[in-house]
Amino acid sequence: MGLHVINLSDVGEGVAEAELVEWHVSVGDTVGEDQLLGVVMTDKAAVDVPSSVLGKVVKLCADVGDVVAVGSELIQLEVSGEGNTPISKSSGNQFEPDAQPNTDINPDSSSLSKESPTTATPTSESDSPTKKEHNNRNTRTTTKTTTKSTTEQPAFAQSPPANTSPAKVLAAPSVRQRARDLGVELSTVTGSGPIGRIVHADLDRYTERRAQPGTSGRQPNTNIDVVKIIGMRRKIAEKMALSHSRIPHITIVEEVDIHYLEELREELNDKHADTRGKLTILPFVMKSIVEAAREQPELNARFDDEAGTVAQYGGVHIGIATQTENGLVVPVVRHTEVNSLWKNANEVRRLSAACRDGKIEREELIDSTITITSLGSLGAVATTPIINHPEVAIVGINKIMIRPFWDGQQFVPRKMMNLSCSFDHRIVDGWDAAVFVQKLKSLLEKPAMLFLED
Amino acid sequence: METIRTQLLVIGSGPGGYVCAIRAAQLGISTVIVESEKVGGTCLNIGCIPSKALIHAADEFHKLVSMCKSDENESALGISAASPSLDLIKTIHWKDSIVSRLNNGVNGLLKKANVQIFQGVARFRDGKTVIVSKDSEETQIHCENIVIATGSEPVDIPTLPFGDRILSSTTALSLTEIPNSMAVVGGGYIGLELGASFAKFGSKVTIVEFSPKILPQYDEQLTRPVHEQLKKLGVRVMTETKALSYSQPEKALRIDSANCEDTSIIAEKVLVTVGRRARLQGWGLEELSLTTEHGYIAIDQHCQTSMRGVYAIGDVTGEPMLAHRAMAQGELVARVISGQSASWDKQCIPAVCFTDPEIVSAGLSPAEAEALGEVYSVSSFPFKANGRAMSLQREDGFVRVITQKETNIILGIQAVGAGVSELSAAFSIAIEMGARAEDIAATIHAHPTLSEGLQEACMGAIGHGLHL
Repeated sequence: MGLHVINLSDVGEGVAEAELVEWHVSVGDTVGEDQLLGVVMTDKAAVDVPSSVLGKVVKLCADVGDVVAVGSELIQLEVSGEGNTPISKSSGNQFEPDAQPNTDINPDSSSLSKESPTTATPTSESDSPTKKEHNNRNTRTTTKTTTKSTTEQPAFAQSPPANTSPAKVLAAPSVRQRARDLGVELSTVTGSGPIGRIVHADLDRYTERRAQPGTSGRQPNTNIDVVKIIGMRRKIAEKMALSHSRIPHITIVEEVDIHYLEELREELNDKHADTRGKLTILPFVMKSIVEAAREQPELNARFDDEAGTVAQYGGVHIGIATQTENGLVVPVVRHTEVNSLWKNANEVRRLSAACRDGKIEREELIDSTITITSLGSLGAVATTPIINHPEVAIVGINKIMIRPFWDGQQFVPRKMMNLSCSFDHRIVDGWDAAVFVQKLKSLLEKPAMLFLED
Repeated sequence: METIRTQLLVIGSGPGGYVCAIRAAQLGISTVIVESEKVGGTCLNIGCIPSKALIHAADEFHKLVSMCKSDENESALGISAASPSLDLIKTIHWKDSIVSRLNNGVNGLLKKANVQIFQGVARFRDGKTVIVSKDSEETQIHCENIVIATGSEPVDIPTLPFGDRILSSTTALSLTEIPNSMAVVGGGYIGLELGASFAKFGSKVTIVEFSPKILPQYDEQLTRPVHEQLKKLGVRVMTETKALSYSQPEKALRIDSANCEDTSIIAEKVLVTVGRRARLQGWGLEELSLTTEHGYIAIDQHCQTSMRGVYAIGDVTGEPMLAHRAMAQGELVARVISGQSASWDKQCIPAVCFTDPEIVSAGLSPAEAEALGEVYSVSSFPFKANGRAMSLQREDGFVRVITQKETNIILGIQAVGAGVSELSAAFSIAIEMGARAEDIAATIHAHPTLSEGLQEACMGAIGHGLHL
């Protein structure tokens, strides 16, 4: 038996380190050649790390959230034969990363050429009725719980000056250190010494009280969990910031009477659900977008503001904002203009499942031309969706509710749904935005219009 | 190329670097330290320590000289001496022996703590990898954390390049004979410490300072006793004077002075001490693109740079460039890396100027308190009224306490006087512990000592002065 060490190989030009975001194996697992071991994320892309050999995992050399330098040891496998590393040295200090270049992982270079495929897409919120949990161990790691002392200097201040202004809190160094260890904000402690100087006894009292909250009423919870924003969450944050800072949004909220649409949907589901699959509202909205974009191709587009060009697409590639455990992703249904309602519905179903299972392909996450965001039953009355940069429009679907509707003589209960649509106001004037929304409204209110073949 | 892996790599073994390495190793972190010269850095090899040795030798020699009978000056103590002589080569040898003892000491401490010492020049490959080269051999060191402690180096003047008769502080500490005349360009603490020492050894010393005053970081009250002592030593102080260039054949330093008409000074040697700058070159800073501010590496309250896992301590992080600040930073970083909750919250970094007389400053000066908008009062106690000072024949100087008016919290303490450097601990403890003037006034200070000056100044601060 031998030891085979897999190092983190070069993950891209100028990249010295990458963040380990997922392990797919644990110690003791047997892995096959090309089996996915884990995922690292650089500033540019998420990169799968496959195994180059068949073997048994004996050591994971990094934890999720760790930043791993290129060339450093990532995982150790026990293999039959000699392996690439003498066992005697495996736990020692020295080895030669350059000696076995073929053991390095070679990520598919094509996945590095563009922005990360797992990069999420901005929408006002996201879209899954089956959202499971908020925190995920793969995307967030909780670091040490610390409360900052008021005497701390701001990050990246010039080095400590010779003469520091006296702290507002008066306490000896050992008291300050103990407070830091206890996670106690000294400014919240009452000092019993002269002019409020805090002594050890004050900290004793403070921590005793904190330990028995019942005895002296409710204590303010001064605990602060510092959560590291890593991996996909960081990518989502970056993309959201880009979209929101670059694009001046205009949002239009319109009410849609979906009485007839719901009648139609029910009928179609009764007849065909068993054979063709169930229809939600979504494929109807997709179809109405296709129709509306036929008349306003400038809204089915991607705006390259650096080049100063808008690419208007013939095909309508609709991004579907999807909530996963790791956060928001936007898989893309391609060429919705040629698909039937059921084809689109099934495609959405397939893509969302793939996203949630982490099996989505990079190609299925890029190049959408317009996006739909829906929170299902959580959908609220109105939202302000954030455009999926570099697109120019996003359609938000709000909650379906029965609302009173004035039919000319009396109020009648009616199934209503709002649409909240945002547009890039640099490219889209308010007028055109309103025309687009009205078109969607009229198509959804008279769904027969959706099926006129021209 | 051999590759070494370690948890912590410290670059530079000055006071910051070696303290960091020892403490980290004590805390169970595998630690490697890289040094291109001897361990101990500027401080131990060519700074604090050797200069203090030289100052001591100069003081001893000067005492003897002043006991030689002359017409104008007779020793009050009734001691007389005859023609003392100086063998500078022996003096320098003695100084070197102290440096070498400390070198060995630091080496021993590092080894005892199980720190791996690497001799050679370090160069970053990336944020986690450093190549150390010595002669033609290269070793790659791969680490989880890096501490940059590369220190600082003397700034030169382009028209007065170091070499031959133009000395840096380093070469001034290794002269083999006392020059007849010496010009010191730069009237900061280094120039004054060394300049006064050479004056005591018998050189004719001229201080050339570009700004209107020497020791510009201290106020006039604090520098006046130094001025008076320089005058007694026959040192000429020329302020608002620019050093232009040096003429080898005439052994003259050309100057341009706003205060006098002289255009040159006779100087066998010129000592240039116009400041120090962070050593940012030669170790691959470019590879890291760390954030710098005003020519120093920017750090946060954990001494972390703009790159995760890369820390910087000591002179390379800027003013005040003091060994004890670097040591405190080094210890802090070791604790941070070991996972302890540590953060820079020091209330003061004392500074000592080993001029004659010495100057100590801890915390805020009156001007700094003013600038911060503090409502403060100042209380001084002169050594003229201190018995110990009289018995030491050094009554020049005083202790000065700056307190917050409302609370009597001590904001700053300064002193000037012979031997007051040893009072610095009392000053910084008072400030670090958050003492009020009442606390110090109520603490018994041994008699007869210069430290009574601190107690008296604090008594004065609360309106209860005794011996004044």
